[in-house]
Amino acid sequence: MTELTSEGGHGAVPLEGVPAAPGPVKHDWPLYEVFVRGKRGLNHVHVGSLHAADDQMALHHARDLYTRRNEGVSIWVVRAADITASSPDEKDPFFAPSGDKVYRHPTFYDIPEDVPHI
Amino acid sequence: MTATVPALEEHFEHTIERDQRIEPRDWVPEGYRKTMIRQIAQHAHSEIIGMQPEGNWITRAPSLRRKAILLAKVQDEAGHGLYLYSAAATLGADRADLTDKLITGRQKYSSIFNYPTLTFADVGVIGWLVDGAAICNQVPLCRSSYGPYARAMIRICKEESFHQRQGYELLMTMMKGTDQQREMVQEAVNRWWWPSLMMFGPPDADSPNTAQSMAWKVKRHTNDELRQRFVDMSVPQAEALGVTFPDPDLKWNAERGHYDFGAVDWDEFKNVLKGNGPCNAQRIAHRRRAHEDGAWVREAAVAHAGKKERK
Repeated sequence: MTELTSEGGHGAVPLEGVPAAPGPVKHDWPLYEVFVRGKRGLNHVHVGSLHAADDQMALHHARDLYTRRNEGVSIWVVRAADITASSPDEKDPFFAPSGDKVYRHPTFYDIPEDVPHI
Repeated sequence: MTATVPALEEHFEHTIERDQRIEPRDWVPEGYRKTMIRQIAQHAHSEIIGMQPEGNWITRAPSLRRKAILLAKVQDEAGHGLYLYSAAATLGADRADLTDKLITGRQKYSSIFNYPTLTFADVGVIGWLVDGAAICNQVPLCRSSYGPYARAMIRICKEESFHQRQGYELLMTMMKGTDQQREMVQEAVNRWWWPSLMMFGPPDADSPNTAQSMAWKVKRHTNDELRQRFVDMSVPQAEALGVTFPDPDLKWNAERGHYDFGAVDWDEFKNVLKGNGPCNAQRIAHRRRAHEDGAWVREAAVAHAGKKERK
């Protein structure tokens, strides 16, 4: 029997003979990353990405795709190509400077139990 | 700094062991990348193709209320497909390429969508049983080891709950109607029950790949576990609705604490999967037509964006 699994969420799909390697990139619209402010008082949070021909269309698509149920009061879209990110490969050296500075945390300091409100 | 492959592999295994998530730019074994792309792409395709069976009834919904609900639901399916294509893109898969693989039949979608929707009761039964089965499959996927997929699944599961409830409510309304309407519901249940059980895939004994998927925590329960959970959930719902499932072997087993049920016809399943289901050709032809008919819109939008940029 062809090997199958229910891994595809909506039901069983075949595992064999299905190409899965990343294929050639042929999208005609650039990729945008989408950030939504859920409500006043909260930061914008990354929610996903989408394709759009230009910035304005990206905003409209983001509204239709990520805020169909009042999930947001404000949206940012930014072209994925314009984002600079730290690389996971250099994770250790890149974040090392903050690793050895325990004195930046309040728990570093011993204060007697009977001193109030500190 | 370049880490060696064994070191990278160890870091990957360690991340999964600690139940932490794998994120887009992490090093992953090629097998994991392929498994995730295949899983996410086939899931995305299922959502997109899944718009068709119910879309069939939008223009013929019996009231404005039902039409609005159905429109919202079908729009959600499109949204779910897009969340998932977006998650697949983080693994290096290109959405246009995935669409191409779908309409040329190289990547698959769930075979459940190759069955026709013959009456309006089908809309209700799809919401109740098909989306109910999908929820059983999908809830554990919210804890998938691949971060973007798990996050997409959380969004999807929240919305899926509306899908199931609107279907059940629709059926309850029909069950309060005429004898003819009640028969229509029972007849739709009879057609969808077995295909819904097939959604969980073949028995565990025939699914050797499950072990690797479980080890990578991209699958959390076996096919049989999920199928049993679905049957146990559905029986009391059917009783509340006043319908029966077309399975003479379905009965409570006090010893196991579960319902026993009859054997699934895997030959039918394999046959539908091979492309011989009632609607396989129609579904792909429709998707291809929509894609090709939309080409000029995509091109015009690019031309417009270019013109604005030059100004």
